[in-house]
Amino acid sequence: MDAEASRRLATAVGVSHTHKGLIMISGLRKAYAALGRDPIEAIADISLEIHEGEFVAIVGPSGCGKSTLLKILAGLLRKTAGEVLLRGEPVEGPRRDIGLVFQSAVLLPWRTTLKNIMLPVEVLRLDPRQYVDRVRDLLRMVGLSDFETRYPRELSGGMQQRVAIARALVHDPSVLLMDEPFGALDAMTREHMNLELQRIWTESRKTVLFVTHSIPEAVFLADRVVVLSERPGRVLELVEVDLPRPRDLEMMATEGFGRYTQRIRARFSAKRGFD
Amino acid sequence: MSSGGRRRRLGELLRAKFHLVLIVLIFVAFVGGWELGLYLLSIPEYLIPTPRQIVVALVRGFSRGVYWWNTLVTTTEAFTGFLIGSVTGLVLGALLAQFRILELVLYPYLVAFQTLPKIALAPLLILWFGFGVSSKIAIAAMVAFFPVLVNVFVGLQSTDRDQIDLVRSLSGTRWQTFVKIQFPSSLPYLFAGLDVALVFSILGAIVGEFIGATHGLGALIMQMNLSLDIAGVFSVLVILAVMGVGAHLGMQAIQKRVTFWAKTETFTSL
Repeated sequence: MDAEASRRLATAVGVSHTHKGLIMISGLRKAYAALGRDPIEAIADISLEIHEGEFVAIVGPSGCGKSTLLKILAGLLRKTAGEVLLRGEPVEGPRRDIGLVFQSAVLLPWRTTLKNIMLPVEVLRLDPRQYVDRVRDLLRMVGLSDFETRYPRELSGGMQQRVAIARALVHDPSVLLMDEPFGALDAMTREHMNLELQRIWTESRKTVLFVTHSIPEAVFLADRVVVLSERPGRVLELVEVDLPRPRDLEMMATEGFGRYTQRIRARFSAKRGFD
Repeated sequence: MSSGGRRRRLGELLRAKFHLVLIVLIFVAFVGGWELGLYLLSIPEYLIPTPRQIVVALVRGFSRGVYWWNTLVTTTEAFTGFLIGSVTGLVLGALLAQFRILELVLYPYLVAFQTLPKIALAPLLILWFGFGVSSKIAIAAMVAFFPVLVNVFVGLQSTDRDQIDLVRSLSGTRWQTFVKIQFPSSLPYLFAGLDVALVFSILGAIVGEFIGATHGLGALIMQMNLSLDIAGVFSVLVILAVMGVGAHLGMQAIQKRVTFWAKTETFTSL
């Protein structure tokens, strides 16, 4: 089947097979059941389309359902209503083409750096011998080549988080889900990690969904910023960040950058004004 | 190396290991004070023997082989009981932590059994298992069982939620989660339980021997007590103390090797 025919068929059955729309979220709702009380609504209504290779940041106030959204995408939580598609297939449970990075590094303290990165390979029952070279490449990419036999407690917070990123990439997932990955780091390390992540993303060309509290971090990293409302979460605004790449820290002081952060911040203050 | 350098090294070593020097000094002071106290207060030897008499009893007992044999009997009983009790505790603790229904159903029974002073069951076990080693093994196993069960259960329950989610997000099985995450992270708890269980199992074996036995250090204590060989009783107590300390140190050494990654050592009171 040629490409044109395939696209026509895809359009006919309502599935987008072009490079757009790797993840399709429509009418997503999530309510947590609470015993003897009304269910707590975490996500009211989120619709979102994420393209292949795109870096999307999600910002919003605490408890707006950002983490819930990622957990649903990772197949760790069941949605209450709506549709979540990854490559046209509904996400019903955990799937192997997703890499997860948590707020803390979540490394296993009894494993060396190398063995920690190998964990997904073991769990997915892949052949470890075929992944040793890949792990070394990843270690080089995250700048930890000399640390493969070290244990987590011998690494700094930033280094641990880089190991976690390498681990999330080892099984070559199509999507990287990052839940406030640098939230626990100090400001200096955080800026450094933002630069590193931009580089890693450029090299690996993964689709990234990046949840953060920090508006500048979101603007700095993302192609698009999804602004979520307070709980129950809904999309307030989608901001396309049209700043040239690679971006550097000096850019954060420019007027163009400031306009984006200003615009996003205004969404929150405007909302608060209504309340 | 110059003698000055060597002297400095010795000085550093002394400062670093100063507590060891204190431990020895306290022992010497204790033994000296003991001798002196007995002399000054003129306490008769058939109530409290002097340290010298205890040493004499120890040497005599070991050279005649009596102490070797009985130590071996008690050690075997305690260790076999420890193995049986802790393996059972480990398996049951893991099952309880894995299957919520088991926890809900068995919990009340376990609490009831746990609050029971298990040593009180020793006479029954002697009745059921006889005067030989098997009854002592049974008592040792029974007292070793609970500390391991409770610690394994708590250890498995306290696994980091994110670590479990990590394996789950990769479509990992329950068995993979157990083997790769839960069991290793429960090891510091397991060792805390094993440490207590090992000391308890020695206690269990001794109590069993008190109640009815012809061999073992507990039986020896009873015989010596009846024949008013108080120095002998004290000398057996010294053996028991050394056994207990040895068991604890051995377990700690193994724990340090296995759970080298654990941040804080889990200290347990004996």
